Amino acid sequence: MNNASVLIIDDEAQIRKLLTITLQSNDYKVTEASTGKEGLAFVANHPPDLVLLDLGLPDENGHEVLKHLREWYSNPVIIISVQSSEEDIVKALDNGANDYLVKPFRTGELLARIRSALRKASSEPNTPTAHFHDLSIDFVNRIVKKDGSVIKLTATEYSLLALFARNEGKVLTHQYLLNQVWGPSHEKESQYLRVFIAQLRKKVETDPNRPVHIITESGVGYRFLAGGVL
Amino acid sequence: MALVGLSIHNLIGYRVVAFMLLVTVSILAMFLEIIPVLVAAILSALIWDFFFIPPRFTLTVGTAEDRFLLLMYFIVAMINAVLTNKIRQMQKEVKAKDDKEKSVRFYTTLFNSLSHELRTPITTILGSIDNLQANSPRLSEKNKADLMSEISIASIRLNQQVENLLNMSRLEAGVLHINKDWCDINDLVHKSLQRLESNLQKYKVSVDIPESLPLFKLDFGLMEQVIYNLIMNVTQHTPEDTLITIQADCVRDRLVLVIADNGSGFPENEIDKVFDKFYRVKGSSPGGTGLGLSIVKGFVEAHNGIVRLDNLPVRGSKFTIEILTEKLYVNKLKDE
Repeated sequence: MNNASVLIIDDEAQIRKLLTITLQSNDYKVTEASTGKEGLAFVANHPPDLVLLDLGLPDENGHEVLKHLREWYSNPVIIISVQSSEEDIVKALDNGANDYLVKPFRTGELLARIRSALRKASSEPNTPTAHFHDLSIDFVNRIVKKDGSVIKLTATEYSLLALFARNEGKVLTHQYLLNQVWGPSHEKESQYLRVFIAQLRKKVETDPNRPVHIITESGVGYRFLAGGVL
Repeated sequence: MALVGLSIHNLIGYRVVAFMLLVTVSILAMFLEIIPVLVAAILSALIWDFFFIPPRFTLTVGTAEDRFLLLMYFIVAMINAVLTNKIRQMQKEVKAKDDKEKSVRFYTTLFNSLSHELRTPITTILGSIDNLQANSPRLSEKNKADLMSEISIASIRLNQQVENLLNMSRLEAGVLHINKDWCDINDLVHKSLQRLESNLQKYKVSVDIPESLPLFKLDFGLMEQVIYNLIMNVTQHTPEDTLITIQADCVRDRLVLVIADNGSGFPENEIDKVFDKFYRVKGSSPGGTGLGLSIVKGFVEAHNGIVRLDNLPVRGSKFTIEILTEKLYVNKLKDE
């Protein structure tokens, strides 16, 4: 269905094998690298559509590899890591990773994240409208509809939702959201975010306690999903 | 004591003063180390000689009888000091031996429990795979599907145990880094419940969190694990159809979180022990290491909070968490 190319940078041969089999059986073209250096060299010569990067590499810290990559590589990078510390994840996202998965993860989850990252990368950057299952957003007229009827949002709620919609499937860190919606002087004021996320959920989610669009990523941020069947 | 002796020695005579001083040295021996006690013994002998033995206020001793008494005093004080010290050392050794036996028992329990909890799923995984590899042609499709499902369940169980062990070692190593930020308790509770969705399918869950509850400064990830472990514990110890209620409130500036069930409760005499590491309630079903609740306690204490367990008057039990932390009422923020 896709033939997108994926580069796996991971020093564990077992993980590379598992990922290769999983991805190949889903029609991806796969290449493997076992060190950061090898990975960087490969990307320079044959830039893949997506990179799966392990943070714990033997030669170079994964964070460093990511920084190097981001100097000139703009396709999606998904971090796979055994470290589940929130600081680590936030750092990787701040350094330009599109998404992260903590080992052990299920392959279904991996494939969904890859699809989402690739879809985002190929979609038109500034479409006038966007549809997410029961939600639709008209960016030109700043109108949001749920199940066909217009819902009233405050200016801040709309900015937050529009930012989410432009980054569907991607984890947005607390700091990034505060910076984008409230401005750099409010980067530490996460209380605003908590309140407006709760308000926004009440308006856009069918059951605000079981959100399908605005998903909490514990200690890291929020992820906006299209909802409905993936 | 010497001063008391000075003031009353005319009444009792200097020889009785010697006994008073000896008693003092004996009492000191019960509390002090050997060196200070020896010093006290020598000092008291000199004090007795100088202040009390005639001729007073000299170190000379008048009569042969007194010289003999002084020597006796000195010997008795020394023996007293040395013997008391010896008794204390023996007590110490007995205690050390006792402690060692206790820790050996503790680690034996630990290894038994751990080896069981880790090896059972590994055995299941290896056995199922051996079967799939060696007997594939003879296995029915249903058998194959069953074996795969066993592998899946065992891996999830193994992962759970490893997660617990990692959390425990974070606590034990003292490297637990707590990262407090404003938390929406409603989001926290529902996020934890969402992770438990498959475990809770056959349970009734009721959540009661007032709309007006303020935001609290907590570590979201740690508190999510706390709620997860507590509810997981309920599902492991109560039958299906049990009602689990989760309540949050702000009482005297504290966040009070109550997770209750109408199951069979805990044996009264074991309630104090359930938070102990590796403790498992007698007769509980397999599948736990006895770490879940001690992690709860550790993570709550990392927030300077307390957690306790009570049986409910009719049936069931409840866990109560109380944490005193910064809070923020959000009504004024909502108006923009």
